[in-house]
Amino acid sequence: MRTGLHAGAAIAALIAVSAPGAFAQSRDQIRIVGSSTVFPYTQAVAEQFAGMTGMKAPVVESTGTGGGMKIFCGGVGPDHPDITGASRAMKESEYEACTAAGVDSITEVLIGYDGLSIAHAIDGPDLDLSKAQLFQALASEVEVDGEIVANPYQNWSDIDPSLPDSPIQVFGPPPTSGTRDAFVELVMHEGCAEFAAIEALDETRQAEVCERMRQDGPFIEAGENDNLIVQRLNADHNALGIFGYSFLYENTDSLKAVAIDGVIPETDTIADGSYAVSRPLFIYIKNAHRGVIPGLDDFVAEYVSEDSFGPGGYLEERGLIPLSDEEREQVRAAVEQGSQMDRFN
Amino acid sequence: MTDTAVPSPGHAPSAATLARRRRRYAADRRLRAYGIIAITFALGLLATLVASLLVSGYPAFTQTFVRVDFPISEDLVDPADPAEGNFRKIMQEGVSTLIPGEHSPRELRAMAGILTNNTQFLLRDAVVADPSVIGGTLTMKVPVSDPFDQLNKGLVDRNTPEDRRRLNDTEIGWFDALADEGRVSRSFNWGLFTHADSRFPEMAGLKGAIVGSFYALLVCFLISFPVGIAAAVYLEEFAPKNRATDIIEVNINNLAAVPSIVFGLLGLAVFIQIFGLPRSAPLVGGMVLSLMTLPTIIIVTRNALKAVPPSIREAGYGVGASQHQVTMHHVLPLAMPGIMTGTIIGLAQALGETAPLLLVGMNAFITSPPGGLLDASTALPTQIFIWADSPERGFVSRTSAAIIVLLGFLIVMNAIAIFLRQRLERTW
Repeated sequence: MRTGLHAGAAIAALIAVSAPGAFAQSRDQIRIVGSSTVFPYTQAVAEQFAGMTGMKAPVVESTGTGGGMKIFCGGVGPDHPDITGASRAMKESEYEACTAAGVDSITEVLIGYDGLSIAHAIDGPDLDLSKAQLFQALASEVEVDGEIVANPYQNWSDIDPSLPDSPIQVFGPPPTSGTRDAFVELVMHEGCAEFAAIEALDETRQAEVCERMRQDGPFIEAGENDNLIVQRLNADHNALGIFGYSFLYENTDSLKAVAIDGVIPETDTIADGSYAVSRPLFIYIKNAHRGVIPGLDDFVAEYVSEDSFGPGGYLEERGLIPLSDEEREQVRAAVEQGSQMDRFN
Repeated sequence: MTDTAVPSPGHAPSAATLARRRRRYAADRRLRAYGIIAITFALGLLATLVASLLVSGYPAFTQTFVRVDFPISEDLVDPADPAEGNFRKIMQEGVSTLIPGEHSPRELRAMAGILTNNTQFLLRDAVVADPSVIGGTLTMKVPVSDPFDQLNKGLVDRNTPEDRRRLNDTEIGWFDALADEGRVSRSFNWGLFTHADSRFPEMAGLKGAIVGSFYALLVCFLISFPVGIAAAVYLEEFAPKNRATDIIEVNINNLAAVPSIVFGLLGLAVFIQIFGLPRSAPLVGGMVLSLMTLPTIIIVTRNALKAVPPSIREAGYGVGASQHQVTMHHVLPLAMPGIMTGTIIGLAQALGETAPLLLVGMNAFITSPPGGLLDASTALPTQIFIWADSPERGFVSRTSAAIIVLLGFLIVMNAIAIFLRQRLERTW
């Protein structure tokens, strides 16, 4: 049984090194989790930071906004990440979970805006949809003649005769995605506000009607992989897809944006707010880690430097819509001082 | 069946017998045809997969470079401290010499976009490695950025209207001028194997993923091989046959069929949250993979031990050897080729496993390869996962190239397993 003894020794050794606390003393690498929408921007800053300082490259993990918050709020210490990215602001429940775990000092950093784009294959017809039409096409229940009924629309022309007579088919992100949250908030909620009978409902029922996407086929959850949606759109010219602006930007030769209320998503229209489906992107910094994790201060300073999130910076090249000059100054000052987020106090 | 098979001699077979015989032959032929159709179908699918991978992955194995002369003046780089030079400015000066004429700052920025964004760091590394170039000119082949790489590889249709292209006509004009001057070259993309991940496709490579996969498989092997063999030897050679060992056996077989994501969840809960091991570390990845490989190794080891004929054991006992001596000196060495084969196949499975690694965080973006078992890293399958999700065009072909590399490793491992089986395995 010599083999057995060796095996026993190997396991004992492994358990010995894996005892809690063995790695808890220090970490020389920044760890970042969070939204898949913020991921490419954080990637860019991380690579620039590692190239410039020669320090160990930060570890950037794409976990989704909600998943990132959960890991970020796990506690203070080297076992927990220093920064999380979010494609929506932190919710009160998440802030409470953070505080309960001892993460009570967080800096909220608005890094810029991302346009949510709706697009189709480039050889399809030009489309101009209103938020109300999108709501009618995608909600599980809609208002018809003052009654709230299960969504009867199958073709775009059923909603409005001026729209093409083709089946409604929209690929979109799953409920775990920050993109989906943003779409519901920016399109579905605003779209449903235009219907009197839905406005008249009590609050919970109204939220249900406004937020629930239809399950009978025309809305297809396509997973978190936006490249897959792009491929499907190229295969099916009638289909629309919902994704972040950066994917549209990288695929301008094969995709065409749908105008929302007459405005096409472009860097300018998103930045000045005339394209109404854009959302803020955030990173959250754990202040207790600043000055403890080597390089964290420099990293966040690089994130909010003019070269990075300013106009013409390398984040804009990746599709981020920069903040105004004034906002950028404010954000930079807040990051420098490590101002504590106090929205919920 | 025997009543009609052989007609008795001297009697001509009846019409009914002949008909039955024809039907049986026809059934034989059909069976053979079904088999051939099944194999053709399977091979056809495999060929489609490999062909589509090769077609889309092939461009990633070459990279476009452009030769640039960078004037390294002493104003911009201090020979005493070359790492702190203004390499961004040097890069811009190098670029401005490429295209003759006066250029506005905006044009210069656009021209700098021909080179990879990391040019300034490549320059810094080159100057630090050889400070004697300070004051002179450094001629370097710099990888071009992804849109120009796509253009040079013919993946951008020049006939599409300008507003639908990433590159406008001026940029394409610059690039063509450089090509006419003979500054553009295309060669094998060694960076694919020598660079770690990057957000720029032209700089992204698999080194981090390959090293990470190696470490994870090493941990997996070190845990699952000894433990698996010990468990199998005990169960096969020593354990009494009773209810308890039956239950263990059923459970081991069940464990082999548990979806791998379950092991990932277990690893997340136990190794990371209870033991406090670092996320994304190959150590944790390897431990999770070993949970998955362990039942496979136990099962193949038991089969290999079973295949050693009882006469070997009895001969050993006959000359007075103890149970330990018989097992360690005779049975286990004879079973070893079978065990090795099974282990390699198990490890090959572990190499291609993605789901459990995603849960323990091995899908992070890291621009340096891991230096040890506890450094954060990715693995080959998770690297494929990350690249497949990246918006840049260059990652489409790189994803396929990474899959080809992974398949290459799998083929090598399986070939070694087959070689061991054919060369070393004994049959009795």
